[in-house]
Amino acid sequence: MATTSTPARVDARRRGYWIYLLPGGVLFLAVIVIPFVMNVALSFTEWPGVGEISWIGLENYTELFADDAFWASFRNSVAMIVAMVVAPTLIGLLLASALFDVIGKRFGGKSASTLRALFYLPQIVPVAVAGIVWGWILRPENGALNTLLEAVGLGEFAQNWLGDPGTALPSVMAIMVWVQIGYPVVIFMAALQRVDPQLHEAAEIDGAGWFRRFRAITIPQIRPETFVVALTCTIAAMKVFGPIFVLTRGGPGDATNVPSYFAYQNFFERADVGYGAAIATVLTLIIIALSIVFIRFQAASERKERR
Amino acid sequence: MTTVTRTSQPAPTTDPPTTRRNRDRHHRGAARWIVLAALIAGAVVMLFPFGVIVLNAFKSPADYSAGGPLALPTEIFTSGMIDFWNRVNFGRKLWNSFMIAGSVAVLGVLVSLFNAYALGIGRVKGRLAIVVLFLMANMLPQEVLIYPLYYIAREVGLYDTQLAVIIIFTVIQSAFGTYLLSSVFGTFPKEILEASALDGASKWQTLWRIIFPISRPTLSVLMIFFFIWTWNEFFIPLVFLISNDNQTVPVALGVLQGQRMMDATTTSAAALLGIVPAIAFFLIFQRTLARGITAGAVK
Repeated sequence: MATTSTPARVDARRRGYWIYLLPGGVLFLAVIVIPFVMNVALSFTEWPGVGEISWIGLENYTELFADDAFWASFRNSVAMIVAMVVAPTLIGLLLASALFDVIGKRFGGKSASTLRALFYLPQIVPVAVAGIVWGWILRPENGALNTLLEAVGLGEFAQNWLGDPGTALPSVMAIMVWVQIGYPVVIFMAALQRVDPQLHEAAEIDGAGWFRRFRAITIPQIRPETFVVALTCTIAAMKVFGPIFVLTRGGPGDATNVPSYFAYQNFFERADVGYGAAIATVLTLIIIALSIVFIRFQAASERKERR
Repeated sequence: MTTVTRTSQPAPTTDPPTTRRNRDRHHRGAARWIVLAALIAGAVVMLFPFGVIVLNAFKSPADYSAGGPLALPTEIFTSGMIDFWNRVNFGRKLWNSFMIAGSVAVLGVLVSLFNAYALGIGRVKGRLAIVVLFLMANMLPQEVLIYPLYYIAREVGLYDTQLAVIIIFTVIQSAFGTYLLSSVFGTFPKEILEASALDGASKWQTLWRIIFPISRPTLSVLMIFFFIWTWNEFFIPLVFLISNDNQTVPVALGVLQGQRMMDATTTSAAALLGIVPAIAFFLIFQRTLARGITAGAVK
């Protein structure tokens, strides 16, 4: 009896698992899928948030591509990618290998992990709070940085760091490097432990200096982690909101505005919901496109390696 | 030609490598101290903001205007911090953050567990497409959901309630949790599941008596992550929690900073109050976290 009904019973057993997807699925539909579809639909409308919704087709998008503020916000996104992806990855690689190769091996693992924890510290603080800390340090009058510059005789460089259009973006970028740096350091140090030490020993015997070993062994060996760091940090850089809200509110002018804050302004300050929805939709498309490019690139480089 | 070069090559290289390596080792003896000094200098730069905040959090306003932000306080002044705590009802904000982050951690893990049970163990049809959907949801910027969520919450009377924030983050965090747990469960030993089925255990019993205890370490890492991520969230709580009694710690501090209502010493006291819980969690969860960060990186 039991043997004849096996295929049907296997099928039934499989079907029985659907029920476990029900709570998560319903919530996912209500919180992600439906709002996402609604947002895309809203991007084709003109709506101040109350009253009549009027369908205007692609007008928001044509307006968007002619809007200087929109292009400024995406230029600043590129700056955020430099500050949150490029700089932390390069500096993190250098710091991690210095910590692993020199400190870990010559001064003991304890000193290496202590230094690593210190570099990681800004990562655990809520970004909004980190923004408050830095906004406070960069205050124009009596701020800690200006006071420090005066104390060491560089008083002429003291300025209104976040209020001046020329220094606001570089200041925010420097802050984001500070926020972000700990993440690649931790990931890369874990990655370095994976690298077979015999590779380094063999190269050393062959007379390869530290930099050549770093380039020829370390970097290719930890490529998977570098991809993960670059992808996750790029997505984070495209989404950055909290530090901008707390530090500059996108100002002065649009000097530090980013797409997420630009969308927020249109949703909740200018009551131009359709326009905000269009910005958010474009931002989403760019993030998805970047992710696909990254994943393709990673797959291609893995294939090349295997060959 | 080739033989000539081949024979002439070893001659100069047999001797120099040993001396070079010796010099290298000798050289490194000094170099390692330079590297150490550079790293310590880097760490000091990283810590400078925290140091300056601590230095000024316990200064009186008069002390600050007399000595500036870099001078040591002449006395430990705590009433600035106490005033701030009482004025914004900081205890309430801590409790709100704790309630929201704690509820999301528990509910998010529970939803992830159910989803992953169906996807990773149950291997339901179309599981790959579903996992990809959850992965995509992870990449979405919250801006693309915020206005419809805000609108829906107002329509159903959940605007400015902690419940709305808890529900939203339960879903957002469980999108990541589902993705991670499904791949973990995909490698779950089949023999154990078969043995459990032979013993007549139902799916519900198998989940709680077998899967849950075995995967508890992974679930606890996930729970800590959900807690800290939710605690640190800013954007959605900023939009949803407008009344003072509902705000979380980052929102309360961020809004106050935005209004530029606080003087210098109060701001540093407030910032310190925002930093302390984060450091406390870090110290409490350190070991589990370090394991989790690296586990997440290596796929």
